[in-house]
Amino acid sequence: MAEMQVEDKGKKGKKPKQKKHATRVDLTPMVDLGFLLITFFMLTTSMLKPQTMELIVPTKDDVKEEDQNKVKASQAITVLLGKENRLYYYFGAQENGVDPELVLTDYSSSGIRQMLVKRNAEVVNNVNQLKLDKAAKKISEEDYNKKLSEYKAAKSAPTIMIKATDDSNYKNLVDILDEMNICSIARYAIVDITPYDLGLIDKKTPPAK
Amino acid sequence: MPKVKVPRKSTTVDMTAMCDVAFLLLTFFMLTSNFVAKEPIVVAIPASVAEIKIPERDIATVLIDKDGKVFFGLDTQQDRKELLKTLGLAFSVTPAFDEKELNEFSKISSSGVPIEKMHAFLALKPDARDSKDAAIGIPADSINNQFKEWMKNARKINPKLRLAIKADQQTPYKVIKRVMTTLQDIKENRYNLITSLKEVHK
Repeated sequence: MAEMQVEDKGKKGKKPKQKKHATRVDLTPMVDLGFLLITFFMLTTSMLKPQTMELIVPTKDDVKEEDQNKVKASQAITVLLGKENRLYYYFGAQENGVDPELVLTDYSSSGIRQMLVKRNAEVVNNVNQLKLDKAAKKISEEDYNKKLSEYKAAKSAPTIMIKATDDSNYKNLVDILDEMNICSIARYAIVDITPYDLGLIDKKTPPAK
Repeated sequence: MPKVKVPRKSTTVDMTAMCDVAFLLLTFFMLTSNFVAKEPIVVAIPASVAEIKIPERDIATVLIDKDGKVFFGLDTQQDRKELLKTLGLAFSVTPAFDEKELNEFSKISSSGVPIEKMHAFLALKPDARDSKDAAIGIPADSINNQFKEWMKNARKINPKLRLAIKADQQTPYKVIKRVMTTLQDIKENRYNLITSLKEVHK
């Protein structure tokens, strides 16, 4: 207790007897102040740190024409981000003058994700199993990371080329990068859009009324 | 029947314990808190499932709002002061920034003012700086790319710097591409895209 015993010496001196003062202080204002400050700190702090998504792009000068490894057409998927949250994809590339079929889809889990998971089934299954193992503490963190990158580098995994049109927005880009994460796709790149791709979209889009 | 005498008790409660708790909590909040940095613009960040936390130190934030205005912020006051000093030299601003202006600048966590307007901006009162007219954005197009200089100098000041891009959901991809190309030009190729957390729906 915030109280101190003041001893009364009880001397029979000539000095006038001092009154017994309890040194008890009223702490209510102090508590008020304390809580006021707590409120202040609670309101001004950000306890949650924002999440980040890491993105590594090649610098311009270390990509030379001859160094670029050509993506195998059979494994390539080109994803086009169009305007008004439209999303298109096609497999492979133009072959013998025949355009690949452009498919219109969306960013929902039943849209692009379904397609990606299907194309990347082997890796997705492996990674899911791995995650279960990790949750059950069957494997160590190190092994997990090692195996994860091993699985993701599987030869059967598709290569995604993300091409955004100028009409798409930042959310679209983050969404599609997110899908790469969800579908455990390690090989993807953000590539500049070509007039050919724009032409494909134009053909697909019904003419404006 | 004799009445039961209720002993009169004083209603003062001992506040010491309560005070202890209050200050304990206060200490906790003071130690764990990092203040919400004031940003010149409101940015609605997109959500993702990425779970990597942003590091606390050595962060350069590139803020992009939906109109494509670019803002740049460093995390320590010392670095910001240093940044303006080097920028002044790089653009040979006359008259050079004096100590007072450097100090004022170091207090602004994230700024987006073209270098030629910096004098006028720093002369403003702190609350006038938040007004919409003052948030012009750093020119980052091909004709006048001051943003490149900002980034270059920031990198020189702190080589350990990591880049965080915080852009609005509705920012056109065109703007993002322009910023990224600028960064690629000066060999900045690792970015952290700041997002909020989202659950995966299976």
